[in-house]
Amino acid sequence: MSGSNPIDISSLLIASSLVLITLIFSYWQKLKLEKEVLISVIRAVIQLVAVGYVLEYVFGFENPLFTTLLLLFMIFNAAYNAAKRGKTIRIGFAISLLAIAAGAIVTLAILIFSGAIKYEPYQVIPIGGMIISNAMIALGLCYKQISSDFKSRREEVETKLSLGADILPSSIGIIRDSIKTGMMPTIDSAKTLGIVSLPGMMTGLILAGTPPLEAIKYQIMVTFMMMSTTSIASFIACYLSYKSFFNSRKQLISIE
Amino acid sequence: MSLIEFQNVSFVDGDKAILKNISVNIEKGDFISIVGPSGGGKSTFLKLCSHLISPTNGNVVFKGKNYTEYSPMELRKSIAYCFQTPYLFGDTVLENINFPFSIRNEKLDQERVIDIFSMFHMSIDYLDKNTQNLSGGEKQRIALIRSLLFMPEVLLLDEVTSALDAENAKIVENVIASLNGEGVTVLWITHNLEQSRKYANKLLTIEAGEVKSLEVLK
Repeated sequence: MSGSNPIDISSLLIASSLVLITLIFSYWQKLKLEKEVLISVIRAVIQLVAVGYVLEYVFGFENPLFTTLLLLFMIFNAAYNAAKRGKTIRIGFAISLLAIAAGAIVTLAILIFSGAIKYEPYQVIPIGGMIISNAMIALGLCYKQISSDFKSRREEVETKLSLGADILPSSIGIIRDSIKTGMMPTIDSAKTLGIVSLPGMMTGLILAGTPPLEAIKYQIMVTFMMMSTTSIASFIACYLSYKSFFNSRKQLISIE
Repeated sequence: MSLIEFQNVSFVDGDKAILKNISVNIEKGDFISIVGPSGGGKSTFLKLCSHLISPTNGNVVFKGKNYTEYSPMELRKSIAYCFQTPYLFGDTVLENINFPFSIRNEKLDQERVIDIFSMFHMSIDYLDKNTQNLSGGEKQRIALIRSLLFMPEVLLLDEVTSALDAENAKIVENVIASLNGEGVTVLWITHNLEQSRKYANKLLTIEAGEVKSLEVLK
């Protein structure tokens, strides 16, 4: 990290004037987003400062139990947020918790056993954060898709039920489409890596002075782990949540 | 003993009463035409018969046992339901024809498929056709074939000939009449007055959620 260019507070303050552009644009175009923008900026600063201090502390605190607790805390929060996107889904929090935890644990375990990363807070926590938040976003998309499909594809499901099919074969098309929806942003972003965008993590490493050929190794690893986590989490969430759309008599319930 | 019995059945959707305290007996071998104004509750009556919905109050009984005592899949395999707007899934007709076999973990019975296609005066070449390229009438006949691959005890039909031309409607009517002759109980919603009396032995009139009359024709 010899080429790292530390940012001083005055540079950061000048950079914060960039927020004004967003505010002026919102006011000029009557988007009524000024309050939202201000709240989001204040929250981002407070949260990042807090997390900065927490990470400083955590990285120095090399107890694996503490690292595990922090990962669990992240998983709980991600599950809570993902469940809010699937209000029509029964036990949405439990399903999200299981899906995100399974996705994160399998991916982290492979990374650790392959020697790609160590179970050290400064490696596991940032990587855990990336995969957990990616799984959370994937689940939000899955839930939105599955709810809207059970509403718009009612005829298809009821036709299959009326032929004597169980709820799984009657819903399989919807389940598959919802899993795809959850995974597509990760797949699309992998397709365009390096062509359309230099991902945040790789950019960060390069800015911090890591040689680009070294930085891409990390990015390749991150891309694979994102795919693995979103596929595991989307698969588990969709296969567990489709049952919420049926009652005990295997009838499709009304969705508002 | 009745084959299907509605015992004081009501169905409420939200705050709207669709069916109000209906009691009807359907005997084995009946061919019942169901008539009445649109929105009167006829399709809801068939959906209750097929157990796609359950009554808000009252019981629906099949062969002396409440519907709730059967597995829903077992009931729906015995009571086939053809919707007013046929829905064909997948890309090809073959996927639709294979579905009833696959849910029973059986291989496609080619002999049966050829037989039933010929009953509907359709060529077996339809199996490879894309469902998107079929006319409304063709879709309806494929949907009927799909429901009849395994002979049901009861056949529920919701205006299935409304999208067919006169010639094809006649073919479908003949198939249904012949199935009824073989003992299949038929409940058929129709707006065609001539059709409603031609084959049926009973005429059930449902109006504003109530049974207006159950007339014995033959």
